[in-house]
Amino acid sequence: MPTKQDILDLHFMDARFKLIDLAAFLDRVERHEGEADFRFEALKKAIPLLLSAQPGGRAKAILDALSDPSTEPIEKATTQGASGAPRPASVPL
Amino acid sequence: MKYIEPHAHMVSRTTDDYEKLALAGCAALCEPAFWAGFDRSSPAGFYDYYRQLTEYEPKRAARYGIPHFCWLCINPKEAEDAGFAREVMSLIPEFLEKPTVLGIGEIGLNKNSRSELAIFEEHVQLALDHNLPILIHTPHLEDKRKGTKLILDSLASFSALDRGKVIIDHVEEHTVAMVLDAGYWAGMTLYPESKCSPNRAIDMLELYQMERLWLNSACDWGVSDPLAVVKTGLEMKKRKYSDEAIERVLYDNPKRFLSQSPRFII
Repeated sequence: MPTKQDILDLHFMDARFKLIDLAAFLDRVERHEGEADFRFEALKKAIPLLLSAQPGGRAKAILDALSDPSTEPIEKATTQGASGAPRPASVPL
Repeated sequence: MKYIEPHAHMVSRTTDDYEKLALAGCAALCEPAFWAGFDRSSPAGFYDYYRQLTEYEPKRAARYGIPHFCWLCINPKEAEDAGFAREVMSLIPEFLEKPTVLGIGEIGLNKNSRSELAIFEEHVQLALDHNLPILIHTPHLEDKRKGTKLILDSLASFSALDRGKVIIDHVEEHTVAMVLDAGYWAGMTLYPESKCSPNRAIDMLELYQMERLWLNSACDWGVSDPLAVVKTGLEMKKRKYSDEAIERVLYDNPKRFLSQSPRFII
């Protein structure tokens, strides 16, 4: 199995690139005019989990934070796509 | 690198992709029935699609020396109109006699609606009636966790179901444990923008029961990579997996699951 050093050598640059890209995305959205968006708010809420979630469970914690928390089937599907974050009931399709 | 692509939508891909798959070492390929990117307007559209999957596509793959198998169903995105879905489902038994049909799939849920769930359960019963394996699609993005739980709850009500003959696909870190803990196989889909990256998939192989996991590209008409499975094999190599360990995941695992159909001969 690879060591911690091996994993860093393999993946550090990629992680660094993605982290900076995420930071630039946050700046880009905020720089532009427009209404607030539930997806952006959900993403910002999930970011602190990178450091606060239990080690070994960070990816799961972020996926959970971006998941629909309801448990019952919906009465009718009125769309086929997904948006990446749970849509608040107050936000129309 | 010898491997099996257990989930690819080749009707959406070019012949060049078959050549790439052959060059990369693809030993067999399986194609579940799915959504065309738009809703078909009639059951006749599905009849032609099933002909394409069972007659035409195996011939196209054979030109590159790749055995092609398929799974049949009406996908959950087109299951909201239950009457329409049942009309389509009535066409399926005729095609189950075809020599390359492995089972029922990819059934499942999309938006987690009551109609989708009803049609899902009717497909499970169809598979049980014909003693066939089942391939299950779990929903996208924010709908995945809830949909996976609904699917598991539903499957639990089928007492005759052999859980070892069911694979629940597109798992991620928040759904993989619930699927494996319930005794099913799990599939990890390698997509450039959603689902799993190669390295996240390898992490899950390390953390969970590797012997009941498979990897697939689910390449289709959208953003996807038909070589994603073999590229993950390369990432495994970079992470110091032996050739034997890579082959166990990329070839032996899917072969073991798929061989539960007597038609899967390679």
